[in-house]
Amino acid sequence: MSVPVGPGGRRSRRDRLLGELRLWRPLDLIGVGAAWLVGILLVLVAASLLIYMGYRGLQYVNLDLLFSRPQPGSDQSQTGGILDPIVGTLMIIVIATAIALPLAVGAALWIVEYGKPRWLARVVESGIEVIAGAPSIAIAIFGLAIFQLPMFSWASFSAADGGGVFGRSFIAAGTVMSLIAVPSIFATTREALQSVPRHVREASYGLGKTRWATIRRVLLPTVRPDIATGTALGMGRIAGDTAIIVLLLGATLQLQAGTDIPGIGTLQGTGSTLTSYVYNNSPTGEGNAPEKAYAAAFVLMLLIIALNVLVAFIGRRRAGNDLPR
Amino acid sequence: MLRSLFRPLTDRRAERMLGATAVSVVLVIVAMIVFIAIEAWPSFQHNGLSWFGSGKDVDAELGAMVNAGADPSGDAYQLRAWPLLYATALTTVLAVGLGVFIAVLASIFIVELAPPRVRSIVVPVVRLLAAVPSVVYGLIGILVLVPFVNDHLINEGQRESVSYVITLNGPGLLVSVVLLTLMITPIMISIVVDALTAVPRGWREGALALGVTRWRAVMSVSVRAIRPAIVAAAVLASARALGEAIMLSMVSGSKGFSPQPWDGLIFLFEPLRPLAATIAEQSEGIAAPALKSSIYAMALVLLVSSLFLSIGGSLIKRRLRLGTAR
Repeated sequence: MSVPVGPGGRRSRRDRLLGELRLWRPLDLIGVGAAWLVGILLVLVAASLLIYMGYRGLQYVNLDLLFSRPQPGSDQSQTGGILDPIVGTLMIIVIATAIALPLAVGAALWIVEYGKPRWLARVVESGIEVIAGAPSIAIAIFGLAIFQLPMFSWASFSAADGGGVFGRSFIAAGTVMSLIAVPSIFATTREALQSVPRHVREASYGLGKTRWATIRRVLLPTVRPDIATGTALGMGRIAGDTAIIVLLLGATLQLQAGTDIPGIGTLQGTGSTLTSYVYNNSPTGEGNAPEKAYAAAFVLMLLIIALNVLVAFIGRRRAGNDLPR
Repeated sequence: MLRSLFRPLTDRRAERMLGATAVSVVLVIVAMIVFIAIEAWPSFQHNGLSWFGSGKDVDAELGAMVNAGADPSGDAYQLRAWPLLYATALTTVLAVGLGVFIAVLASIFIVELAPPRVRSIVVPVVRLLAAVPSVVYGLIGILVLVPFVNDHLINEGQRESVSYVITLNGPGLLVSVVLLTLMITPIMISIVVDALTAVPRGWREGALALGVTRWRAVMSVSVRAIRPAIVAAAVLASARALGEAIMLSMVSGSKGFSPQPWDGLIFLFEPLRPLAATIAEQSEGIAAPALKSSIYAMALVLLVSSLFLSIGGSLIKRRLRLGTAR
C-alpha cells in the first residue's frame, strides 16, 4: 500500500500525502496519529529496555563474576559470581530440548503424515494448544506432584530419615520444562510439513520408498530449518521460564549433587538458573543484591537475544511475518 | 531383539511410534488435570463453594495453614480465596483491555501505515518484547518502576488516607498492569497482524475505489473482517495473563488485598496478589498438607480457566480461517 513515487521523487509523494490528508476527517487523523504513536512507543520501550539493561549489565558484569561460583553470605562482596546459574541454565536447556524435540517432531509428523483417526488427531492438536496456554506455574506444580511420587525417587533424592521424596532436581525441572518447548517446535514443524507439496511425497513413493523412508530421507531434511527455528524459539522459552525453576530445581545457589554417583548425581541434585538467580536476588527475594540480579539478567538477555538472532538467521528464507506465536 | 531396533522401521511400526508420541502429549495433559485435581480435593471438600467467597483475611489463613503442621484438622483448610481471584481477574481484564487497543493500532501500523524501513524495525522489536523473560520485566519493575511510582506518583495525603488498612509504597496495581500489558501485547499483535495480512486485497481496494480514505478503508473493511481474530487474540492473551506468576509476585505488592475502584486514584497504587503469584510464593511451605492442598486448588482453578480460554480462542481462530476464504 505504498504511494507510488512520481517523477518528482520525495517531494511529490509528500504533496500527494498532504493533499490526501486535507480531505480526512479529524477523527481519522487522530486514528492515524494514534497508530503511529503506538508503533513509535513500542520501539522506544524496547530501546529503553535494551539500553538500560545493557548499561546496568556492563556496569556490573566482569569476568570474575562470570567465572566464580556463588557463595552464600550477607556481604555482597563475598557472595561470588554467577557460574553455577549459567551452567544450570545450559543444563536445563539441553535436558528439556532433548526431551521436547523428539516428542514435538514425532507428534507433528504423525498429525500431518498419518493423522488417523481424525478425532484423535484433533484431540492431539487441541492438547498441544492447551499446553501452550497452560500457566507454567500450574505445569510446575503438576511436576512437583509427579516427582514427589515414590516411583520417581530415582529422579531426585529422598530425605535421610526415610521421609518423602524431595522431588526437586535437574531431571525433574528439565523434564517438566520440556513441555514449555513442545508447542513452538510442534507448530513450526507442522506448518513446514504442511507446506511441502504433495508431489514431493508422491515422487518418493513412486521411486519405491516406503512412507517411513520418505519421512526420514525426504521430509525431515526438507523441514530441518523449520525444526531448528522452532527449537531455538523453544530454547528461548526454556531459558526465560522462572516458575518451573523456582518450584522444581530447589533454588540452591550452587549445583548440589543429589547422590554420590558422578555426573548422574548432579542431575539428581539441585541448583539454580539465571532466572531463579535474578528472582532470588531481586529485592523481593532472599538475596536482595540488585547488582548481581542486573548482571545475571544481562547475561540472560544476551542469551535470549542470541537465540532470537539465530531464529532470524535461520528463518530468513521462510515466508511469514516471523512474529511471536 | 537389539538387532531389530537398527533395521529400518516398517511403516506400521513407524505409524505406531509417531502416534504414541502424539498421544503421550495428550496423556500428559490428562495426567496434569487429574493429579492437580486429586491434590486439590481436600481444600474444596472442606470449603465447598465458599472457597470462592470473600470475608476473611487470605494471608492470615495461608499463614495458619503452615502453622497447622503435618496433621491438620479440618478447620485448618479454611480458605476464602476471593481477593486472589479478584486480583487475577482485575489484572487480566485491565491488561487485556489495554492491550487490545495497543495491539490493533500497532498491527494497523505494521501492516498498513509503516514504510517498509520502519516496519523492518518494528517487527523485530515486537519479537524482542515477546522474548524478554518475565523475570527481567519483574526486575525492571521492582527496581525502576516501583521506586518511580513511590517517589513521584503517590503523595503523602494518599498514603495517610489508607494507612490504617494498607501501606502504599509503590508495588501494586498500576505497575502490575503496565508490565503485564507489555508482556501480552506482542502475542496479540502477532495474531492480529497475521489476520490483517490475510484480508483479501480486493476488499480494501473496493472500499478505496468507493472513495473513502485509507484509514476509513482499513477500519471499516479490514478491522471489521478480522473481528474474530481480535477476539481470539484477546482470549489467548488472557490465558497468558492469568498464568503470569513471577513478574506479578515481584511487583504486585504481595498482599491478599482487593483494590477498591471507588477509592479513586489510590486504586491504582493498592497492592494485590493474583493466584499464580500466590502459588509461586507459597510453594516453599508446600510440606504443610493444608497449604499444599490449597495451592493445588489454586492451580486447578488457573489450569481449568486457561484450558477453556485456549480451546475457546483456537475455536474462534479456526472459524476465522473458514470465514475469509480467498
